[in-house]
Formats: sequence, structure tokens, C-alpha cells
Amino acid sequence: MKRTFFIFSLLLAFSIFVGYGQEKSPELIAIKDATIVPVVGQTIPSGTLLIKNGLIEAVGQDIDIPPGAKIIDAKGLYAFPGMIDSTCTLGLEEIGSVSATIDVRETGRINPQVFSVEAIRPDSVHIPISRSNGITSALVVPKGGLIAGKSGLIRLVGYTPDELVIKSPVALHIEFPSGRGSRRRSTSPTQEQASRQIKELKDIFHKARYYQKRKEAARKDSRLALPEFDEILENLLPVVNGELPVMISVHAEQDILDTIKFVKEENIEAIFYGVTDGWKIPEEIRESGIPVVFASLYGMPAKWEDGYDALYRNPSVLSKAGVKIAFSSQSASLAKDLPYHAAKAAAFGLDKQEALKAVTIYPAEIFGMGDKLGSLEKGKIANVVLADGDILELGTNITHVFIDGIEMDLSSLYTELLDKFKKRHK
Amino acid sequence: MKNKFIGLFVCLSLLGFMNVSYGQDLLIKNGTILTVTQGKIPNGDILIVDGLIKQIGKDIQAPEGIQVVDATGKFIIPGILDSHSHLALSGINEGTEAITSEVNMRDVLNADDTGILTALSGGVTMIHTMHGSANPIAGENIVLKMKWGKTAEDLIVHEADRTLKFALGENPKRSRASGTSTTPRYPQTRMGVNAIIRREFMKAKNYMEQWDRYEKLKAKKKPPKNLIPPRKDLRLEPLTAMLRGEIVARCHAYQADEMIEFINLSKEFGFKIACFEHAWEAYKIAKEIVANNIGLSVFSDSWAYKVEASEGIAYNAGFCTNQGVLVSINSDSGERIRRLFNDAAKTMKYGGLSENEALKLITINPAIQLGVDDIVGSLEVGKHGDIAVFHEHPLSAYTRCEMTIIEGEIYFDRELYLKEREEMEKKEKETAKKKKGGQQ
Repeated sequence: MKRTFFIFSLLLAFSIFVGYGQEKSPELIAIKDATIVPVVGQTIPSGTLLIKNGLIEAVGQDIDIPPGAKIIDAKGLYAFPGMIDSTCTLGLEEIGSVSATIDVRETGRINPQVFSVEAIRPDSVHIPISRSNGITSALVVPKGGLIAGKSGLIRLVGYTPDELVIKSPVALHIEFPSGRGSRRRSTSPTQEQASRQIKELKDIFHKARYYQKRKEAARKDSRLALPEFDEILENLLPVVNGELPVMISVHAEQDILDTIKFVKEENIEAIFYGVTDGWKIPEEIRESGIPVVFASLYGMPAKWEDGYDALYRNPSVLSKAGVKIAFSSQSASLAKDLPYHAAKAAAFGLDKQEALKAVTIYPAEIFGMGDKLGSLEKGKIANVVLADGDILELGTNITHVFIDGIEMDLSSLYTELLDKFKKRHK
Repeated sequence: MKNKFIGLFVCLSLLGFMNVSYGQDLLIKNGTILTVTQGKIPNGDILIVDGLIKQIGKDIQAPEGIQVVDATGKFIIPGILDSHSHLALSGINEGTEAITSEVNMRDVLNADDTGILTALSGGVTMIHTMHGSANPIAGENIVLKMKWGKTAEDLIVHEADRTLKFALGENPKRSRASGTSTTPRYPQTRMGVNAIIRREFMKAKNYMEQWDRYEKLKAKKKPPKNLIPPRKDLRLEPLTAMLRGEIVARCHAYQADEMIEFINLSKEFGFKIACFEHAWEAYKIAKEIVANNIGLSVFSDSWAYKVEASEGIAYNAGFCTNQGVLVSINSDSGERIRRLFNDAAKTMKYGGLSENEALKLITINPAIQLGVDDIVGSLEVGKHGDIAVFHEHPLSAYTRCEMTIIEGEIYFDRELYLKEREEMEKKEKETAKKKKGGQQ
């Protein structure tokens, strides 16, 4: 466990300055005359953004462009931070109906030992498509069972899984109660079954703490027996030690309340996912201080009585109550649609600025990367997107994408096939 | 005896026809009107009388007593059409046999499907609701208006073309059918799918000839004695209707190769393909599709859900439109149907379509494909008062549908909906309070 942590931290530290097989970055890039939307702070008309060694060196209006810098004339273009998909299956899923191409769901109910990033296929056709739509990082999340596994945050470029990983693990994923209130299931567990699942979780956490204590005690006192290795408990240690947050998929009103209680009692750091019924209890969620990642808004309300727009207005209600929110595509082939989920919520009352933040700075903060990703500020990783309009709009064209200061090739399976068959139709 | 029954049936249907009352009167004031076929009118009004558009323009005087909708700052477009849906049906797939051309969606209409409300909340006023894709030759489809609260019969659009569903590729060859059945159903390959369709049309041709010969002999001055009519075959009837040009094919297809083969079949037998459905590889054979005057009813970008959709590029709709194909964007879903306007907007990015071209994909184009472009699909005088009102431009990601109108009747009104919801919530809270008070 510790070792994995160490390796990933090392990777994080060094990989920023390494080219990922794409063209090697010039040391200095100056994007000039862009309308800069830093997300944090005011929009800067005709501003300059300076990138040095993969990091944002300066953002503003009166910035001297150093000699030797590669200049990108961005007149008429807008600069945004690269977007972050807060839950997706990029790299884990290629073709929906072909199980051989899917590595999302491990069998069994309790799987804290699996790491999503260890199954990521860097050559997934969905990665370049998402990237060319302005998404530069994504949380890749395992699904299924009560404890699904551990997620990782990736950059959307790289030849090997290691080149892709920014941070792993980011969270342990719990689906509580598995099945209940989820829009995708036809049958829901009863309240009794749900309570049993909470109890099951509490039992496991309790065991992990006891396991920890026994290990510590044995280390201090050589007369005490070291407990037998337990894969599940071993993999829960970072959570019970407060080093790793849990991301809990929860939907129904009572389940959200129960989960808040569970999180408090266990004294663990938590992120909510889904929260379909959140709009019914915004105050309780705000008081819990737990941020919320929404699932895809491409869905129907859990119940007709909730109103046809329940999913659409949920983000607005929670945001206005003061909950920190983020959006997700919950997909691989449609990860590219991330901005439209945010815009859809804005169509139903969410402040447009907040909608933008919920695909940039908020996810960065929620995943503990607020000082490195999610906005255009000095010192941050230079994930920059240039577009001819509002990045959340359907008709907007993305013209440039930089990841770690490296300009990306925007071609994808889409453009390759288009070009091939354009030739046939000349 | 039989003829009498048919006669009675025809009379009754005619009566039904004559009784069709085209809706209501309504004046929509001061919105940005996107007519789709006749340009854009800023601050325009639309007058609907007896369910039909009577006048479009500026400062239309309100006739006395007419209901007026204030659309200031809003966008008015023709009601959205979904060219490929499965809503309002109590059965979709008759998958027990490969050929089921005798089944008809008209027999399984379900006017109580709440999917109709979902459609209305997304500005959809008309759908082409279809048999599923489990069979190479499936059943007859039907066109409906989303008149929530009316009877099934009231929903039917009699003016629409008659269409028969066909399906090629993974679904009819049962690539993902559950392993419970002991004997696989023929066909299991694309070869078999093509062969079975050919077989049925050969049968239909023969059947048609049998009837033609019979009718010819019967029409003679001296018909032969003991002349017996051929046996009626309900399965072949729709196919002969296709050979006579009375029913057109709507063919579920993904791969370019299978579409080419189906075009070949249509030439071999002389039937008309109105549309390929989904058609994810149409961009590979756009010129063949144009040359054969075939429409496309496709997704905007939902793809990679199976192998035959794994080269489905989001440029498909835009590219084919630019090549001259008549394209519509469909939902094929009870959920996606409420955001067809979002899906249409994506073609501006993928394919560079203009706003109006993008809007056509969900209005006049599907109307042409369904043979109802003379009554719906655009805002023109004389057409049905089927209208959707949006609070921002309908192709903006930030927009939402505010009102949906069919034949001058308001079927969805967000403002009213919110008001009613608020009142209901208030009432619920009060009852809860009272209950609590009672317990203490």
C-alpha cells in the first residue's frame, strides 16, 4: 500500500516535466490576445497566458513575452482551464456490448484491493475524443458491489498507465446501499436491507481498525502475534487512518441521511456521488460538509412525483444551499459530453459560473488537487483549452488543448475516419 | 358478407376522419420565431385558429376571447418530431420468429404511457413509434401526436406514410440473445438475414402474381367457372403493399456493407427505402445513399455501445447532410427524446451545420421522411399549430423547453407546472403539520 503511494507520488513529481510521446513541449509558450477565463477570479479580456516548463508562469494583461517563447495568437479565442470529469470509465471501457473490452466491475461485493488505474488502456479511442473536447483530466472509477475499489485521477494523454496517472488512489468507492434508489435499477433493496448494508460496512471498518491496532501492538511488542494477512482489511487501512477519502454512491433521501450519520460516526473523509434525492434535503447535506459529484444528467427522475426536472434542478438546489458540487459523465464513449451536463443544470437554475467551476476548480479541490489543477493561475499545471466560445456550449469549437504545457494533437478516431471517407466523397 | 363489413368499416373510418376537430385557437405573442423554412422573425406573433396556423407576422391583433401566450424574450420553433421512437406501445418486439410482417404497432397503442409527458417536456409533438429490431422483417409502425390525455385513436396521424420496420446486423442475427433458448433462430449471420428478406420478397412477388391473375380472370366477361381466390396471407400482404409502393421500408442498419446489400435488395424487388435507422456507417457510403434517395434517421453521437456502432463518428449526421442526404436526429429512447434539441445542436460542431440546418434535423426533415411535411415540421400558414417554446435559443446548451403546443392546445406549460407543483408541496406540508399536531 505505502509502496504504491510512494510510486505514484514519485510519478506525480517527475512526470510533469516529461513529454508523453506527443511533441516535446517548448520551454516557453505565450498564448496572447485571448479572453482568459481563469474560473477563479475575473475574466481577462485580451490577456496573455505564459506557460513555462509545463506550468502556468503568468496570467494577465500586461505580461511581457520573453524572447524565444513560442507565440500562439489567440485573438477571438477564449482560454479555459482544462475540464475535469469527476467520474468516468475512460480507459476501462471500449465497446459496451463486448465484455472482453470492459474492465469496470470486479466480481464479488467487497473489493477494496482493486485500483482502476491498473486496468486503464491508454490507447482507448475514447481518450483522444474526450481530450479534443477540452477534458484534460478524469477520475476513473471502478463500479459494482458494496465496495467497488479505488479510483485514480488521470491526465488524458500518455502511452502507459503510469504516464496517465496524476494521482492514485483518489478515493475508495462505496455503493451504498447497492441498488437502492439508483435510477438504473428496477428493483431496490428495502430499508431493512439497506440498514443491514450499513451495518456490514461498519463491521468491516471496525475490523480494519482492530486489525490495525493488532498490527501496531505486535510491532511494538515482539511477544504479540502479528495478525494473519487480510487483503480486504489491509486495503481499508488508508481509509480508517484518514489518509484516503471514501466516495459513496448514494441516491435515496433516507439513504443519504443514513450515510451522513455513517460518515460522522466513522469519522472518515467522504465525497458523495449521485445523490439523486439531494434536492429534498439540501440543508442536511450542506451541514455535513460532504461535497457532491453528480452522475450523468442523462436520466429520468427516480419517481414521477419528484417532477420531470428533478435530476436537472438537483445541482442548482444543492449549489444554492452551499454544497460544493461537481459533474461527471459516468461514461467512456460519452465522456466528451461532460460540459453539457453542467450546462443542462444551468438551464434549470444553476448559476453559469458555478456550472463552469463544477467541471474545473471544484473537482480539483474535491480530489485534493486544488493547488495544481482546475484554474488558470500562476503555478498551476498548464492544462489549458482554447475555444471559439463558451466551453459549455454545444456549438463551440475547441481549437487548442494543452496538457502539462504540451500542445495536444486534436485528431481522434472521429477525425481519422472522417478524413478517410471524405476522400471517397471528393 | 365480408365486403359489407369492410364497407361498414370504411364508412366508420370516414366518419372518424370528418370528425377530426383540429384543436383550438391560440395567439402566441412577441417571440423570436424560427420558422425553419421561411426564415427568422424577431418579435413575431403566431395566430392559430381551429388548430391550424392562420397567420405569422408582427403585431397580429388578438381576436376577441382568444387565449394569448406571451413569448417575450423566448424562442418559438415548430414542434419537434422524433423519427424513431418506441413510446406509447404496450409491446415492441415480436421476436419469436424472424419474419413478422403481419404485426402492427397500431394494435398495441398505449396512450397512457407517461413517456408522452416526457416527450412533451422536451418540445416533441410527433413521433414515429416503431417495432423493435429483433427481426429481419418486423412489423408496421405508426405516427402519433403526443396528445396526452386523449384516446389512442386520437393520437394517430392518418396523413403519414405507411412504414414497415426491417432490421439488419447484430440484432436480427441475435448476437446478444440470451443463451436460454436451445435452438438458435435462423438467421444467425448477415448472409442469412439478407437471404431471408430475399425469400420473403420472392414469396410476396409470387403471391402478388397469384392475385393479379385471379383478379384478371375474375374481371373477364366470362370468368372461368369455379374460380377460387388465392389464400389470403397476412404476412405477405404488407410486403406486396411495398411492391406496389404503398408502404415504405424503415430499415435498422449499422454497417455500410449491410446497407449496400439492402439497397441492392430494394432494387432487385423495386421497393422504396424511406430511411436507414441508426446507420452509424452511413458517412462511408453517403454517395450511394444520396443516389438512391434514401433518408437517414440517426443518433447524434450515442455510439460504441456495440461492435457495429464502434465506428459511429459524431460527424455522421453533419457530413451526410453536407453530402445532400435527408437526415433526421432521432432518440430511440424514452429519455433522450426530451433533449433532441441538444443532440441536433451537436451537428454545428461536428459537421459545421448552420443553426437552421441543425434545427431541420428535428423538424422538417423527419416530417419529410414521414410524409407529413405538408402539415407539420415548419411554421407556415396552413400547417398544424404544433409548436415548442424555449427560454433561450433551442440550440443553446443552456436552454429548456417552456411550452409545447399541439394544434393550438397547450399540452406542456412549465410555468403552470411549477405553480401547481408549488401548491401541491404547500398542501402536503400543511397536511403533514396537521397530522403532527393531531399526534401531540
